[in-house]
Amino acid sequence: MPIRLRSTALLVLILAVFLGSWQIAATPSTVAGPAMDPEYAKLLGAAAQQGQQTPMPRPSDIAARAWHHLKDPFYIRGTNDQGLGIQLGWSLLRVTVGFGLAALLAIPLGFLIGMSPVLNGAFDPIIQVLRPVSPLAWMPLALYTIKDSGISAIFVIFICAIWPMLLNTAFGVASVRKEWLNVARTLEAGPWRTAFTVILPAAAPTIMTGARISIGIAWLVIVAAEMLVGGTGIGYFVWNQWNNLNIADIVVAILVIGLVGMALDQLLGRAAQAISWRD
Amino acid sequence: MSRAWLSIEGIARRYGDRPVFRDVWFGVERGEFVALIGHSGCGKTTILNILAGLEAPDAGSIVMDGKEVSGPALDRAVIFQSHALLPWLTAQGNVAFAVRSRHRDWPKARVQEQARRVLDLVGLGDATGRKPAELSGGMKQRVGIARALAVNPALLLMDEPFSALDALTRGTLQDEVLRLVAGGQQTAFMITHDVDEAILLADRILLMTNGPDARVAEVVVNTLPRPRDRQTIHRTPGHYALRNHIVDFLVTRSRALAGTRPPGWDGRHVPEVRPADLLIKETAA
Repeated sequence: MPIRLRSTALLVLILAVFLGSWQIAATPSTVAGPAMDPEYAKLLGAAAQQGQQTPMPRPSDIAARAWHHLKDPFYIRGTNDQGLGIQLGWSLLRVTVGFGLAALLAIPLGFLIGMSPVLNGAFDPIIQVLRPVSPLAWMPLALYTIKDSGISAIFVIFICAIWPMLLNTAFGVASVRKEWLNVARTLEAGPWRTAFTVILPAAAPTIMTGARISIGIAWLVIVAAEMLVGGTGIGYFVWNQWNNLNIADIVVAILVIGLVGMALDQLLGRAAQAISWRD
Repeated sequence: MSRAWLSIEGIARRYGDRPVFRDVWFGVERGEFVALIGHSGCGKTTILNILAGLEAPDAGSIVMDGKEVSGPALDRAVIFQSHALLPWLTAQGNVAFAVRSRHRDWPKARVQEQARRVLDLVGLGDATGRKPAELSGGMKQRVGIARALAVNPALLLMDEPFSALDALTRGTLQDEVLRLVAGGQQTAFMITHDVDEAILLADRILLMTNGPDARVAEVVVNTLPRPRDRQTIHRTPGHYALRNHIVDFLVTRSRALAGTRPPGWDGRHVPEVRPADLLIKETAA
Protein backbone atom coordinates (compact mmCIF):
# COMPACT_ATOMS: atom_id res chain seq x y z
CA MET A 1 0.00 0.00 0.00
CA PRO A 2 1.46 3.40 -0.89
CA ILE A 3 2.52 5.60 2.01
CA ARG A 4 -0.07 8.25 1.20
CA LEU A 5 -2.92 5.78 1.39
CA ARG A 6 -1.60 4.34 4.64
CA SER A 7 -1.39 7.81 6.19
CA THR A 8 -4.96 8.57 5.15
CA ALA A 9 -6.19 5.32 6.61
CA LEU A 10 -4.39 6.02 9.87
CA LEU A 11 -5.80 9.56 9.99
CA VAL A 12 -9.34 8.25 9.53
CA LEU A 13 -8.74 5.70 12.27
CA ILE A 14 -7.40 8.28 14.73
CA LEU A 15 -10.31 10.63 14.04
CA ALA A 16 -12.85 7.82 14.37
CA VAL A 17 -11.42 6.68 17.72
CA PHE A 18 -11.15 10.23 19.05
CA LEU A 19 -14.58 11.39 17.92
CA GLY A 20 -16.19 8.09 18.87
CA SER A 21 -14.90 8.14 22.44
CA TRP A 22 -15.81 11.82 22.71
CA GLN A 23 -19.32 11.07 21.50
CA ILE A 24 -19.75 8.27 24.05
CA ALA A 25 -18.15 10.16 26.93
CA ALA A 26 -20.20 13.30 26.34
CA THR A 27 -23.57 11.58 25.97
CA PRO A 28 -25.39 12.29 29.26
CA SER A 29 -26.73 9.44 31.30
CA THR A 30 -30.50 9.62 31.33
CA VAL A 31 -30.88 9.99 35.05
CA ALA A 32 -33.70 12.48 35.54
CA GLY A 33 -33.07 15.38 37.85
CA PRO A 34 -35.49 16.44 40.50
CA ALA A 35 -38.90 17.22 39.08
CA MET A 36 -39.37 20.85 38.19
CA ASP A 37 -42.22 23.03 37.22
CA PRO A 38 -42.12 22.88 33.39
CA GLU A 39 -42.81 26.62 33.13
CA TYR A 40 -39.89 27.42 35.42
CA ALA A 41 -37.71 24.96 33.58
CA LYS A 42 -38.47 26.64 30.24
CA LEU A 43 -37.48 29.94 31.74
CA LEU A 44 -34.12 28.63 32.94
CA GLY A 45 -33.15 26.81 29.75
CA ALA A 46 -32.23 23.26 29.08
CA ALA A 47 -29.10 23.10 31.21
CA ALA A 48 -30.71 24.39 34.36
CA GLN A 49 -33.64 22.12 33.72
CA GLN A 50 -31.41 19.15 34.20
CA GLY A 51 -29.84 20.76 37.20
CA GLN A 52 -26.36 20.38 35.67
CA GLN A 53 -23.80 22.67 34.18
CA THR A 54 -23.80 23.24 30.44
CA PRO A 55 -23.05 19.85 28.92
CA MET A 56 -20.00 19.36 26.74
CA PRO A 57 -21.35 19.15 23.18
CA ARG A 58 -20.94 15.85 21.41
CA PRO A 59 -19.35 15.67 17.95
CA SER A 60 -22.81 15.09 16.55
CA ASP A 61 -24.07 18.32 18.15
CA ILE A 62 -21.07 20.18 16.75
CA ALA A 63 -21.67 18.75 13.31
CA ALA A 64 -25.29 19.89 13.52
CA ARG A 65 -24.20 23.43 14.50
CA ALA A 66 -21.58 23.46 11.74
CA TRP A 67 -24.23 22.49 9.22
CA HIS A 68 -26.49 25.20 10.65
CA HIS A 69 -23.76 27.82 10.10
CA LEU A 70 -22.62 26.58 6.71
CA LYS A 71 -26.17 26.44 5.41
CA ASP A 72 -26.58 30.18 5.73
CA PRO A 73 -23.20 31.84 6.33
CA PHE A 74 -24.07 35.38 5.24
CA TYR A 75 -27.16 36.47 7.18
CA ILE A 76 -27.32 39.61 9.28
CA ARG A 77 -29.93 39.74 12.03
CA GLY A 78 -28.81 42.60 14.18
CA THR A 79 -25.38 43.44 15.53
CA ASN A 80 -24.94 40.35 17.66
CA ASP A 81 -26.39 37.81 15.27
CA GLN A 82 -24.52 37.63 11.98
CA GLY A 83 -23.55 34.70 9.80
CA LEU A 84 -20.22 32.97 10.29
CA GLY A 85 -19.22 33.96 6.75
CA ILE A 86 -19.82 37.65 7.54
CA GLN A 87 -17.71 37.38 10.70
CA LEU A 88 -14.91 35.60 8.83
CA GLY A 89 -15.12 38.27 6.14
CA TRP A 90 -14.51 40.98 8.71
CA SER A 91 -11.51 39.14 10.14
CA LEU A 92 -10.06 38.49 6.70
CA LEU A 93 -10.56 42.12 5.76
CA ARG A 94 -8.69 43.31 8.85
CA VAL A 95 -5.88 40.81 8.31
CA THR A 96 -5.58 41.70 4.62
CA VAL A 97 -5.46 45.45 5.26
CA GLY A 98 -3.07 45.17 8.23
CA PHE A 99 -0.85 42.68 6.44
CA GLY A 100 -0.91 44.71 3.23
CA LEU A 101 0.10 47.91 5.00
CA ALA A 102 2.84 46.01 6.83
CA ALA A 103 4.16 44.65 3.52
CA LEU A 104 4.07 48.12 1.96
CA LEU A 105 6.31 49.43 4.71
CA ALA A 106 8.40 46.36 5.57
CA ILE A 107 9.56 45.40 2.08
CA PRO A 108 10.93 48.80 0.95
CA LEU A 109 12.36 49.51 4.41
CA GLY A 110 13.85 46.01 4.62
CA PHE A 111 15.39 46.61 1.20
CA LEU A 112 17.13 49.75 2.43
CA ILE A 113 18.25 48.07 5.66
CA GLY A 114 19.60 45.11 3.71
CA MET A 115 21.51 47.38 1.34
CA SER A 116 23.03 49.67 3.95
CA PRO A 117 25.08 48.45 6.91
CA VAL A 118 24.59 51.88 8.51
CA LEU A 119 20.79 51.64 8.38
CA ASN A 120 21.05 48.05 9.54
CA GLY A 121 23.03 49.10 12.58
CA ALA A 122 20.60 51.93 13.33
CA PHE A 123 17.40 49.89 12.97
CA ASP A 124 18.61 46.69 14.56
CA PRO A 125 18.14 47.76 18.21
CA ILE A 126 14.67 49.14 17.45
CA ILE A 127 13.63 45.92 15.78
CA GLN A 128 15.13 43.74 18.48
CA VAL A 129 13.26 45.59 21.24
CA LEU A 130 9.89 45.90 19.52
CA ARG A 131 9.75 42.49 17.86
CA PRO A 132 9.23 40.38 21.03
CA VAL A 133 6.41 42.65 22.29
CA SER A 134 3.07 40.87 22.19
CA PRO A 135 1.00 42.68 19.59
CA LEU A 136 -1.89 42.95 22.05
CA ALA A 137 0.25 45.13 24.31
CA TRP A 138 -0.08 47.79 21.61
CA MET A 139 -3.87 47.68 21.83
CA PRO A 140 -4.43 50.25 24.60
CA LEU A 141 -1.96 52.63 22.98
CA ALA A 142 -3.68 52.14 19.65
CA LEU A 143 -7.12 52.72 21.16
CA TYR A 144 -5.85 55.85 22.90
CA THR A 145 -4.22 57.37 19.83
CA ILE A 146 -6.48 56.13 17.03
CA LYS A 147 -9.72 56.21 19.05
CA ASP A 148 -11.38 53.74 16.66
CA SER A 149 -11.54 50.13 17.74
CA GLY A 150 -11.76 48.76 14.18
CA ILE A 151 -8.70 50.65 13.01
CA SER A 152 -6.91 49.75 16.24
CA ALA A 153 -7.40 46.06 15.44
CA ILE A 154 -5.90 46.67 12.00
CA PHE A 155 -2.99 48.50 13.60
CA VAL A 156 -2.33 45.54 15.89
CA ILE A 157 -2.25 43.24 12.84
CA PHE A 158 0.06 45.69 11.10
CA ILE A 159 2.49 45.84 14.00
CA CYS A 160 2.70 42.06 14.41
CA ALA A 161 2.98 41.34 10.68
CA ILE A 162 5.75 43.84 10.04
CA TRP A 163 8.68 42.18 11.86
CA PRO A 164 9.08 38.87 10.04
CA MET A 165 8.78 40.61 6.66
CA LEU A 166 11.18 43.37 7.65
CA LEU A 167 13.82 40.99 8.98
CA ASN A 168 13.51 38.53 6.11
CA THR A 169 13.62 41.23 3.46
CA ALA A 170 16.71 42.79 5.03
CA PHE A 171 18.38 39.39 5.33
CA GLY A 172 17.43 38.33 1.80
CA VAL A 173 18.69 41.57 0.29
CA ALA A 174 21.91 41.53 2.31
CA SER A 175 22.70 37.97 1.25
CA VAL A 176 22.27 38.38 -2.50
CA ARG A 177 25.32 36.72 -4.02
CA LYS A 178 28.15 39.10 -4.75
CA GLU A 179 28.76 37.51 -8.15
CA TRP A 180 25.24 38.47 -9.29
CA LEU A 181 25.83 42.03 -8.20
CA ASN A 182 29.14 41.93 -10.06
CA VAL A 183 27.34 40.74 -13.18
CA ALA A 184 24.98 43.71 -12.88
CA ARG A 185 27.92 46.06 -12.38
CA THR A 186 29.91 44.80 -15.36
CA LEU A 187 26.75 45.10 -17.48
CA GLU A 188 26.33 48.71 -16.33
CA ALA A 189 22.90 48.10 -14.84
CA GLY A 190 21.94 51.19 -12.85
CA PRO A 191 20.78 51.08 -9.22
CA TRP A 192 17.08 50.80 -10.11
CA ARG A 193 17.58 48.12 -12.71
CA THR A 194 19.83 46.19 -10.31
CA ALA A 195 17.31 46.53 -7.50
CA PHE A 196 14.33 45.32 -9.54
CA THR A 197 15.92 42.78 -11.87
CA VAL A 198 18.67 41.29 -9.70
CA ILE A 199 18.23 41.94 -5.98
CA LEU A 200 14.43 41.67 -5.81
CA PRO A 201 14.16 38.33 -7.65
CA ALA A 202 17.18 36.99 -5.76
CA ALA A 203 15.68 37.92 -2.38
CA ALA A 204 12.07 37.14 -3.32
CA PRO A 205 11.95 33.62 -1.84
CA THR A 206 13.34 34.89 1.48
CA ILE A 207 10.89 37.81 1.48
CA MET A 208 8.05 35.41 0.75
CA THR A 209 9.06 33.20 3.69
CA GLY A 210 8.79 36.29 5.88
CA ALA A 211 5.37 37.10 4.44
CA ARG A 212 4.21 33.58 5.15
CA ILE A 213 5.31 33.81 8.78
CA SER A 214 3.64 37.23 9.02
CA ILE A 215 0.28 36.11 7.74
CA GLY A 216 0.36 33.17 10.16
CA ILE A 217 1.00 35.48 13.10
CA ALA A 218 -1.62 37.95 11.85
CA TRP A 219 -4.24 35.21 11.75
CA LEU A 220 -3.28 34.14 15.28
CA VAL A 221 -3.52 37.68 16.57
CA ILE A 222 -6.75 38.74 14.88
CA VAL A 223 -8.82 36.36 17.01
CA ALA A 224 -7.42 37.77 20.23
CA ALA A 225 -7.68 41.36 18.97
CA GLU A 226 -11.32 40.93 18.00
CA MET A 227 -12.12 39.40 21.38
CA LEU A 228 -10.81 42.63 22.87
CA VAL A 229 -12.34 45.20 20.55
CA GLY A 230 -15.61 43.33 19.92
CA GLY A 231 -18.28 44.20 17.42
CA THR A 232 -17.49 41.94 14.49
CA GLY A 233 -15.10 39.26 13.37
CA ILE A 234 -14.49 35.62 14.10
CA GLY A 235 -12.75 36.45 17.38
CA TYR A 236 -15.79 38.40 18.51
CA PHE A 237 -17.98 35.49 17.39
CA VAL A 238 -16.04 33.12 19.68
CA TRP A 239 -16.34 35.51 22.60
CA ASN A 240 -20.02 36.08 21.94
CA GLN A 241 -20.73 32.35 21.89
CA TRP A 242 -18.81 32.02 25.15
CA ASN A 243 -21.14 34.60 26.65
CA ASN A 244 -24.04 32.58 25.24
CA LEU A 245 -22.50 29.41 26.67
CA ASN A 246 -22.80 27.94 23.19
CA ILE A 247 -19.83 25.59 23.35
CA ALA A 248 -20.69 23.80 20.11
CA ASP A 249 -20.47 27.06 18.16
CA ILE A 250 -17.08 27.78 19.74
CA VAL A 251 -15.78 24.42 18.52
CA VAL A 252 -17.17 25.13 15.05
CA ALA A 253 -15.42 28.51 15.08
CA ILE A 254 -12.13 26.90 16.17
CA LEU A 255 -12.31 24.49 13.24
CA VAL A 256 -13.13 27.29 10.82
CA ILE A 257 -10.26 29.44 12.13
CA GLY A 258 -7.91 26.51 11.62
CA LEU A 259 -9.12 25.85 8.10
CA VAL A 260 -8.91 29.50 7.05
CA GLY A 261 -5.43 29.78 8.58
CA MET A 262 -4.34 26.74 6.61
CA ALA A 263 -5.81 28.21 3.42
CA LEU A 264 -3.97 31.51 3.97
CA ASP A 265 -0.71 29.66 4.51
CA GLN A 266 -1.18 27.56 1.40
CA LEU A 267 -2.06 30.63 -0.63
CA LEU A 268 1.24 32.23 0.28
CA GLY A 269 2.97 28.89 -0.13
CA ARG A 270 1.74 28.80 -3.74
CA ALA A 271 2.94 32.35 -4.29
CA ALA A 272 6.32 31.41 -2.82
CA GLN A 273 6.51 28.44 -5.18
CA ALA A 274 5.83 30.70 -8.14
CA ILE A 275 8.74 33.04 -7.39
CA SER A 276 11.21 30.50 -6.09
CA TRP A 277 14.28 29.58 -8.11
CA ARG A 278 16.69 26.69 -8.03
CA ASP A 279 20.39 27.25 -8.38
CA MET B 1 58.01 53.97 -24.79
CA SER B 2 54.66 53.71 -26.47
CA ARG B 3 51.77 52.51 -24.44
CA ALA B 4 50.01 49.23 -25.23
CA TRP B 5 46.27 49.37 -26.07
CA LEU B 6 45.56 48.00 -22.61
CA SER B 7 48.24 49.03 -20.18
CA ILE B 8 48.54 47.77 -16.62
CA GLU B 9 50.81 50.21 -14.85
CA GLY B 10 52.37 49.27 -11.56
CA ILE B 11 49.28 47.92 -9.81
CA ALA B 12 49.51 46.55 -6.28
CA ARG B 13 47.21 45.03 -3.73
CA ARG B 14 47.97 44.98 -0.02
CA TYR B 15 46.44 42.93 2.73
CA GLY B 16 47.04 45.01 5.82
CA ASP B 17 50.61 46.16 5.24
CA ARG B 18 51.68 42.96 3.48
CA PRO B 19 51.64 43.20 -0.28
CA VAL B 20 49.75 40.39 -2.05
CA PHE B 21 51.36 41.54 -5.29
CA ARG B 22 52.98 44.78 -6.35
CA ASP B 23 54.72 46.51 -9.18
CA VAL B 24 52.77 44.56 -11.82
CA TRP B 25 53.17 46.01 -15.29
CA PHE B 26 52.11 44.51 -18.58
CA GLY B 27 50.36 45.44 -21.76
CA VAL B 28 47.84 43.80 -24.05
CA GLU B 29 47.60 44.77 -27.71
CA ARG B 30 44.37 44.88 -29.69
CA GLY B 31 43.35 41.41 -30.87
CA GLU B 32 45.84 39.74 -28.57
CA PHE B 33 45.00 36.85 -26.23
CA VAL B 34 46.98 37.02 -22.98
CA ALA B 35 46.86 34.40 -20.25
CA LEU B 36 48.06 34.75 -16.68
CA ILE B 37 49.19 31.61 -14.87
CA GLY B 38 49.97 31.29 -11.21
CA HIS B 39 49.16 29.33 -8.11
CA SER B 40 46.26 30.10 -5.79
CA GLY B 41 46.88 33.04 -3.52
CA CYS B 42 49.10 35.04 -5.85
CA GLY B 43 46.25 37.48 -6.45
CA LYS B 44 45.44 36.62 -10.04
CA THR B 45 41.69 36.88 -9.57
CA THR B 46 42.23 40.26 -7.94
CA ILE B 47 44.16 41.38 -11.03
CA LEU B 48 41.26 40.32 -13.22
CA ASN B 49 38.77 42.09 -10.97
CA ILE B 50 40.86 45.23 -11.16
CA LEU B 51 40.87 44.99 -14.97
CA ALA B 52 37.09 44.52 -14.85
CA GLY B 53 36.78 47.55 -12.61
CA LEU B 54 35.13 45.53 -9.87
CA GLU B 55 37.98 46.31 -7.48
CA ALA B 56 40.36 49.22 -7.26
CA PRO B 57 44.11 48.65 -6.96
CA ASP B 58 45.91 49.96 -3.88
CA ALA B 59 48.50 51.52 -6.17
CA GLY B 60 48.99 51.94 -9.90
CA SER B 61 46.43 52.25 -12.64
CA ILE B 62 44.96 50.66 -15.74
CA VAL B 63 44.77 52.55 -19.01
CA MET B 64 42.67 51.18 -21.82
CA ASP B 65 42.62 52.80 -25.25
CA GLY B 66 44.04 55.99 -23.73
CA LYS B 67 41.47 56.24 -20.94
CA GLU B 68 41.95 55.30 -17.31
CA VAL B 69 39.79 52.44 -16.08
CA SER B 70 37.71 53.45 -13.08
CA GLY B 71 34.87 51.05 -12.41
CA PRO B 72 33.09 48.44 -14.48
CA ALA B 73 31.89 49.22 -17.97
CA LEU B 74 30.34 47.47 -20.94
CA ASP B 75 33.57 47.59 -22.96
CA ARG B 76 35.00 44.94 -20.60
CA ALA B 77 32.93 41.78 -20.26
CA VAL B 78 33.69 39.07 -17.71
CA ILE B 79 33.21 35.32 -17.97
CA PHE B 80 33.01 34.31 -14.33
CA GLN B 81 34.50 31.13 -12.92
CA SER B 82 31.19 30.18 -11.30
CA HIS B 83 29.26 31.18 -14.46
CA ALA B 84 27.20 33.58 -12.25
CA LEU B 85 24.00 33.13 -14.22
CA LEU B 86 20.82 34.54 -12.70
CA PRO B 87 18.97 31.33 -11.78
CA TRP B 88 15.45 32.81 -12.08
CA LEU B 89 16.01 33.73 -15.74
CA THR B 90 16.15 31.33 -18.67
CA ALA B 91 19.32 30.97 -20.74
CA GLN B 92 17.85 33.46 -23.19
CA GLY B 93 16.79 35.77 -20.37
CA ASN B 94 20.33 35.83 -19.02
CA VAL B 95 21.76 36.76 -22.41
CA ALA B 96 18.95 39.25 -23.05
CA PHE B 97 19.89 40.96 -19.79
CA ALA B 98 23.27 41.73 -21.34
CA VAL B 99 21.86 42.65 -24.75
CA ARG B 100 19.51 45.14 -23.11
CA SER B 101 22.47 46.74 -21.37
CA ARG B 102 24.26 47.29 -24.66
CA HIS B 103 21.22 48.34 -26.68
CA ARG B 104 19.00 50.29 -24.33
CA ASP B 105 16.88 51.69 -27.14
CA TRP B 106 16.06 48.36 -28.77
CA PRO B 107 12.48 47.08 -28.58
CA LYS B 108 11.93 43.88 -26.58
CA ALA B 109 11.49 41.62 -29.59
CA ARG B 110 14.79 42.72 -31.08
CA VAL B 111 16.62 42.17 -27.78
CA GLN B 112 15.22 38.65 -27.51
CA GLU B 113 16.09 37.88 -31.12
CA GLN B 114 19.65 39.04 -30.61
CA ALA B 115 19.89 36.92 -27.44
CA ARG B 116 18.74 33.88 -29.40
CA ARG B 117 21.28 34.63 -32.10
CA VAL B 118 24.18 34.79 -29.63
CA LEU B 119 23.04 31.57 -27.93
CA ASP B 120 22.99 29.95 -31.35
CA LEU B 121 26.57 31.06 -31.82
CA VAL B 122 27.69 29.10 -28.75
CA GLY B 123 25.66 26.05 -29.78
CA LEU B 124 22.76 26.49 -27.37
CA GLY B 125 20.04 27.28 -29.90
CA ASP B 126 17.89 24.47 -28.51
CA ALA B 127 18.22 25.37 -24.84
CA THR B 128 17.09 29.00 -24.91
CA GLY B 129 14.04 28.41 -22.71
CA ARG B 130 15.81 26.42 -20.00
CA LYS B 131 16.72 27.75 -16.59
CA PRO B 132 20.35 27.39 -15.42
CA ALA B 133 19.36 24.62 -12.98
CA GLU B 134 18.23 22.58 -15.98
CA LEU B 135 21.55 22.99 -17.80
CA SER B 136 24.75 20.99 -17.40
CA GLY B 137 27.88 22.71 -16.11
CA GLY B 138 29.28 23.06 -19.60
CA MET B 139 26.03 24.47 -20.97
CA LYS B 140 25.86 26.99 -18.12
CA GLN B 141 29.32 28.23 -18.95
CA ARG B 142 28.34 28.46 -22.64
CA VAL B 143 25.53 30.78 -21.55
CA GLY B 144 28.14 32.70 -19.56
CA ILE B 145 30.26 33.03 -22.69
CA ALA B 146 27.22 34.09 -24.73
CA ARG B 147 26.31 36.71 -22.14
CA ALA B 148 29.81 38.15 -22.26
CA LEU B 149 29.97 38.17 -26.05
CA ALA B 150 26.48 39.69 -26.32
CA VAL B 151 27.75 43.14 -25.38
CA ASN B 152 30.49 43.10 -28.07
CA PRO B 153 33.16 43.91 -25.51
CA ALA B 154 36.41 45.50 -26.54
CA LEU B 155 38.10 43.33 -23.93
CA LEU B 156 36.95 39.90 -22.80
CA LEU B 157 38.05 38.87 -19.31
CA MET B 158 38.00 35.24 -18.23
CA ASP B 159 38.48 34.13 -14.65
CA GLU B 160 39.44 30.45 -14.75
CA PRO B 161 36.28 29.93 -16.79
CA PHE B 162 36.56 26.16 -17.17
CA SER B 163 38.19 25.11 -13.91
CA ALA B 164 34.90 23.84 -12.46
CA LEU B 165 34.20 21.57 -15.44
CA ASP B 166 35.18 17.99 -16.13
CA ALA B 167 38.07 17.40 -18.53
CA LEU B 168 35.95 16.45 -21.54
CA THR B 169 33.61 19.43 -21.26
CA ARG B 170 36.57 21.69 -20.62
CA GLY B 171 38.13 20.52 -23.87
CA THR B 172 35.06 21.26 -25.97
CA LEU B 173 34.62 24.67 -24.38
CA GLN B 174 38.26 25.51 -25.02
CA ASP B 175 37.63 24.67 -28.66
CA GLU B 176 34.64 26.98 -28.55
CA VAL B 177 36.71 29.83 -27.15
CA LEU B 178 39.42 29.09 -29.69
CA ARG B 179 36.81 29.41 -32.45
CA LEU B 180 35.03 32.49 -31.10
CA VAL B 181 37.76 34.47 -29.42
CA ALA B 182 41.28 33.45 -30.22
CA GLY B 183 40.99 34.16 -33.93
CA GLY B 184 42.71 37.53 -33.60
CA GLN B 185 39.55 39.66 -33.64
CA GLN B 186 38.73 39.69 -29.94
CA THR B 187 41.13 41.02 -27.34
CA ALA B 188 41.08 38.73 -24.35
CA PHE B 189 42.72 38.27 -20.98
CA MET B 190 42.42 34.99 -19.15
CA ILE B 191 43.33 33.75 -15.69
CA THR B 192 44.07 30.06 -15.58
CA HIS B 193 46.10 27.40 -13.88
CA ASP B 194 45.77 24.99 -16.77
CA VAL B 195 49.03 24.97 -18.75
CA ASP B 196 47.56 23.28 -21.83
CA GLU B 197 44.67 25.72 -21.90
CA ALA B 198 47.08 28.65 -21.89
CA ILE B 199 49.23 27.11 -24.64
CA LEU B 200 46.20 26.38 -26.81
CA LEU B 201 44.61 29.80 -26.49
CA ALA B 202 47.13 32.48 -25.63
CA ASP B 203 49.55 34.57 -27.63
CA ARG B 204 51.47 35.47 -24.51
CA ILE B 205 51.50 33.79 -21.11
CA LEU B 206 52.39 35.77 -17.99
CA LEU B 207 53.96 33.68 -15.25
CA MET B 208 53.27 34.85 -11.73
CA THR B 209 55.26 33.86 -8.65
CA ASN B 210 53.58 32.66 -5.49
CA GLY B 211 52.35 35.19 -2.97
CA PRO B 212 52.73 37.08 -0.76
CA ASP B 213 54.52 39.88 -2.58
CA ALA B 214 53.90 38.14 -5.89
CA ARG B 215 55.07 39.54 -9.22
CA VAL B 216 54.91 38.72 -12.89
CA ALA B 217 58.30 37.06 -13.20
CA GLU B 218 58.34 36.22 -16.86
CA VAL B 219 56.43 36.68 -20.08
CA VAL B 220 56.34 33.58 -22.23
CA VAL B 221 55.67 34.31 -25.89
CA ASN B 222 53.68 31.50 -27.40
CA THR B 223 55.07 31.23 -30.91
CA LEU B 224 53.16 28.09 -31.83
CA PRO B 225 51.48 28.81 -35.16
CA ARG B 226 47.75 29.43 -35.53
CA PRO B 227 45.31 28.00 -36.27
CA ARG B 228 45.88 25.64 -33.38
CA ASP B 229 44.07 22.40 -32.84
CA ARG B 230 43.68 20.77 -29.44
CA GLN B 231 44.06 17.30 -31.00
CA THR B 232 47.37 17.98 -32.74
CA ILE B 233 48.98 20.90 -30.91
CA HIS B 234 51.14 18.62 -28.76
CA ARG B 235 52.87 17.42 -31.92
CA THR B 236 53.73 20.93 -33.07
CA PRO B 237 57.51 21.57 -32.95
CA GLY B 238 58.38 23.51 -29.84
CA HIS B 239 55.25 22.54 -27.93
CA TYR B 240 57.22 20.26 -25.64
CA ALA B 241 59.78 22.90 -24.72
CA LEU B 242 57.11 25.53 -24.21
CA ARG B 243 55.04 23.27 -21.99
CA ASN B 244 58.05 22.12 -19.97
CA HIS B 245 59.15 25.68 -19.41
CA ILE B 246 55.77 26.65 -17.94
CA VAL B 247 55.40 23.46 -15.91
CA ASP B 248 58.93 23.93 -14.51
CA PHE B 249 58.00 27.42 -13.50
CA LEU B 250 54.81 26.30 -11.77
CA VAL B 251 56.42 23.34 -10.01
CA THR B 252 59.65 24.87 -8.77
CA ARG B 253 60.49 28.41 -9.81
CA SER B 254 57.16 29.99 -8.78
CA ARG B 255 57.94 28.93 -5.23
CA ALA B 256 61.67 29.62 -5.34
CA LEU B 257 61.06 33.13 -6.65
CA ALA B 258 58.23 33.87 -4.21
CA GLY B 259 58.70 37.16 -2.39
CA THR B 260 62.12 37.76 -3.99
CA ARG B 261 63.22 40.46 -6.37
CA PRO B 262 66.55 40.04 -8.11
CA PRO B 263 68.90 43.03 -7.92
CA GLY B 264 68.02 45.59 -10.54
CA TRP B 265 64.55 44.12 -10.98
CA ASP B 266 62.27 46.40 -12.98
CA GLY B 267 58.59 45.49 -13.07
CA ARG B 268 58.24 47.52 -16.27
CA HIS B 269 60.65 45.30 -18.17
CA VAL B 270 59.83 41.72 -17.36
CA PRO B 271 62.08 39.23 -19.17
CA GLU B 272 60.45 37.77 -22.24
CA VAL B 273 61.20 34.19 -23.29
CA ARG B 274 60.32 32.13 -26.36
CA PRO B 275 60.90 28.52 -25.31
CA ALA B 276 59.31 27.10 -28.45
CA ASP B 277 61.64 29.12 -30.71
CA LEU B 278 64.74 28.14 -28.75
CA LEU B 279 64.06 24.54 -29.51
CA ILE B 280 63.54 25.18 -33.20
CA LYS B 281 66.88 26.99 -33.34
CA GLU B 282 68.60 24.18 -31.47
CA THR B 283 67.30 21.50 -33.77
CA ALA B 284 68.15 23.58 -36.81
CA ALA B 285 71.72 24.02 -35.62
